[in-house]
Amino acid sequence: MKLDAKIPPGPLAEKWDNHLNTIKLVSPANKRKYRIIIVGSGLGGASAAASLAELGYDVDCFCYQDSPRRAHSIAAQGGINSTKNYPNDNDSIWRLFYDTIKGGDYRAREANVYRLAQVSSNIIDQCVAQGVPFAREYGGQLANRSFGGAQVSRTFYARGQTGQQLLLGAYQALQRMIAAGKVTMHTRTEMLDLVLVDGRARGIVTRDMVTGDVRSYAADAVVLASGGYGNIFFLSTNAKGCNTTAIWRAHKRGAAFANPCFTQIHPTCIPVSNEYQSKLTLMSESLRNDGRIWVPKKPGDKRPPNEIPEDERDYYLERRYPAFGNLVPRDVASRNAKMVCDEGRGVGISGLGVYLDFRDAIKRLGKKVIEERYGNLFEMYERITGENPYEVPMRIYPASHYTMGGLWVDYNLMNNIPGLFVIGEANFSDHGANRLGASALMQGLADGYFVLPNTIGDFLAQHRPDGLKTDHDEFRAVEKDVVDNVKKLLAVNGTRSADSFHKELGKIVWDYCGMSRNKEGLQKALSLIPALREEFWKDIKVPGDNEEINQSLEKAGRVAEFMELAELMCLDALNREESCGGHYREEYQTPEGEALRNDEEYSYVSVWEYSGEFSKPIFHKEPLQFEFVTPTQRSYK
Amino acid sequence: MNVTLKVWRQKGPNQPGGFVEYKAEGIIGDMSFLEMLDTVNEGLVAKGEPPIAFDNDCREGICGMCGLVINGVPHGPSKGTTTCELYMRHFHDGDTIVIEPWRSVAFPVMKDLIVDRSAFDRIVQAGGYISCKTGSAIEANTIPVPKPIADRSMDAATCIGCGACVAACPNGSAMLFTSAKIGHLNLLPQGKPERFNRAVHMIEAMEAEKFGGCTNHGECEAACPKSISIDFIAFVNREYMGAYWTADFE
Repeated sequence: MKLDAKIPPGPLAEKWDNHLNTIKLVSPANKRKYRIIIVGSGLGGASAAASLAELGYDVDCFCYQDSPRRAHSIAAQGGINSTKNYPNDNDSIWRLFYDTIKGGDYRAREANVYRLAQVSSNIIDQCVAQGVPFAREYGGQLANRSFGGAQVSRTFYARGQTGQQLLLGAYQALQRMIAAGKVTMHTRTEMLDLVLVDGRARGIVTRDMVTGDVRSYAADAVVLASGGYGNIFFLSTNAKGCNTTAIWRAHKRGAAFANPCFTQIHPTCIPVSNEYQSKLTLMSESLRNDGRIWVPKKPGDKRPPNEIPEDERDYYLERRYPAFGNLVPRDVASRNAKMVCDEGRGVGISGLGVYLDFRDAIKRLGKKVIEERYGNLFEMYERITGENPYEVPMRIYPASHYTMGGLWVDYNLMNNIPGLFVIGEANFSDHGANRLGASALMQGLADGYFVLPNTIGDFLAQHRPDGLKTDHDEFRAVEKDVVDNVKKLLAVNGTRSADSFHKELGKIVWDYCGMSRNKEGLQKALSLIPALREEFWKDIKVPGDNEEINQSLEKAGRVAEFMELAELMCLDALNREESCGGHYREEYQTPEGEALRNDEEYSYVSVWEYSGEFSKPIFHKEPLQFEFVTPTQRSYK
Repeated sequence: MNVTLKVWRQKGPNQPGGFVEYKAEGIIGDMSFLEMLDTVNEGLVAKGEPPIAFDNDCREGICGMCGLVINGVPHGPSKGTTTCELYMRHFHDGDTIVIEPWRSVAFPVMKDLIVDRSAFDRIVQAGGYISCKTGSAIEANTIPVPKPIADRSMDAATCIGCGACVAACPNGSAMLFTSAKIGHLNLLPQGKPERFNRAVHMIEAMEAEKFGGCTNHGECEAACPKSISIDFIAFVNREYMGAYWTADFE
């Protein structure tokens, strides 16, 4: 496999402009002759579909929900970063770039990250023009706030519902292009495989989730915007339907998978309360701006929080990281929460929780200000836990939230399979080993609005439309694979539900490939997962038929894919014998317990090629070169 | 706690449906309503019976995918709460809970508790957007938006498109949904150029989808999980009339 990142030459600040000036264009009259498939309708998918349709391409967009507006980008709470520097606090493109590279623990490409910072300002302009009701100052100007891992206030927000508002902006643009006849929307439709013709991505095979019809769609290029695989842990902050099927199927057709072990465990989620729990709910980390995180100094202190005097509380983040305090990046905050809980100082019935306390903030600013800033989050917390956070500190614990890993892409966001583009969380590109808060929204929209619409044109200009139809043999063959797989799932007729397998898989991955990992545990996971998979194919129970709405069948299909990806995740974690960002190998830590990188040996992107058997993938390296910044040990002290 | 469920089961569109009784046992207060249904479904799968089909996705009250009529009330007894964020601590041991899909001509049942809400997307297609091509936006702070206006627009924009307003309305009107979208955009300076077209075309689209008319019952506001005010309906009525007075629409 040849991996060429296609980073344009020249100084960092000029790479993207130079690239735009030299890549090929498709003339306006020719754009309508091309058809583009987009899988997913979140920030990446919807913004790309709308933008490409506006340019004149014909677009088919697919989502598994009943409407494109439901994609899980909608749940992002805190905000979106941009280098506007409206607060005059010395922000710049360079600083956002530097923070993102450093926050990712120097495991991302400089050129990609710099471009992301460069277009971040256009994103805000675009969203405001679409009518996104961002928070405003009294003079009518846009308001900003600070966010985890940054020392400037560069985050734009719409209450605690920024993702919702940005997605609705993109969704509305998408609906406009549906009305114009330029986008054909396929809701309740799940992509189940990728079709290659002569080595190029030329279409997908889908299952209609209402009728069970398996159908092919052909195109000149395929864009996967299908999100991350955080649901591999079963319990995560992702929506229930989020899955890895699209990218995993593409991987099995030859698409390289990069850094699968880089997963983000978000520090501020509501702790697990019982064994029936189906998902975890995030509390925006913007809460860390005003909330103070603490645990009792004494292990096993079971007194109610308000009875624990000040000098018996350990504000451990403020103590260990005086410069950043409660605003340290997510990986650091999560790991520290785990550490204090492992010491027996965790709170709540399970002991897996820490306090996030607003007592001092309410004293300092008044309840009204806190209500204005976080009112909807406080209400949400109370609805779920039955506790009032204005009076009792919140309890939080880390949970699976985002996956930095994903399909490998070059600078043009194209995979090693020509014609296959991957955007948003589904790709691996911009966040390295750890993503900073308020950067996922930025990346999804950067890819969809400003990067892909340019780079896909370069590819299409070099590949004339040839009128390929879905009656081609390759489509027939892939359709048969999909139908056979559905039949196989229905035929097992065992005793266990998809959820029960998913829970068991999730526990293995959480225990051995979660917040901290070690060689022994990963090896154990690598023996447990294949055994569980074998049991799955012997004992899965899928009631009902294919030719109807069958949610058990949908779940079983998704769990089957997670079962395979889990193994690759653990292999990747085992291979990377260093700690970096969200990947914390217990064997590699500094004397203070911080992540210890090994730049000499591991300054690369791990790229995995499917070999025909997912237990034995072929390993490749894409070396990372740092020409413009010098990797240092991350310090937030 | 143990509760008895009476659940609407219907194999497919245009097929007869009916209530089927299930026992949900060993339910705890910290379970969400949907987690309670998950446990019932696990039991059904174990017996080889088809589980109860219901739409859901984010399970944190923002995607708008879930929605059940619980004891006659869309999204159930807690105010300002989606079905997925309703917790079993609001019910008691021995309760009988009746669970139905949204009922409206414009939302046909697809299976069990799943309905087709694609009419909402078509209403948005009629004008629920600001026509601004990617790349053509001006610098964001060039358009000052007074804070009270931005806040009010945001109050409308919080709509999650779940359809509870329609399910609650005796007329099956989608006026709160439609007004929330028009209100969100028409209040903002960016939305002004298309305000009249938007108001007229979206309301026409709503009527074409067989939603009923609004007769100010206010049930929609009471059922709305985001507590969106019917003031927006009044606002949109003014926008709609304004369009005809000025004849400033196409």
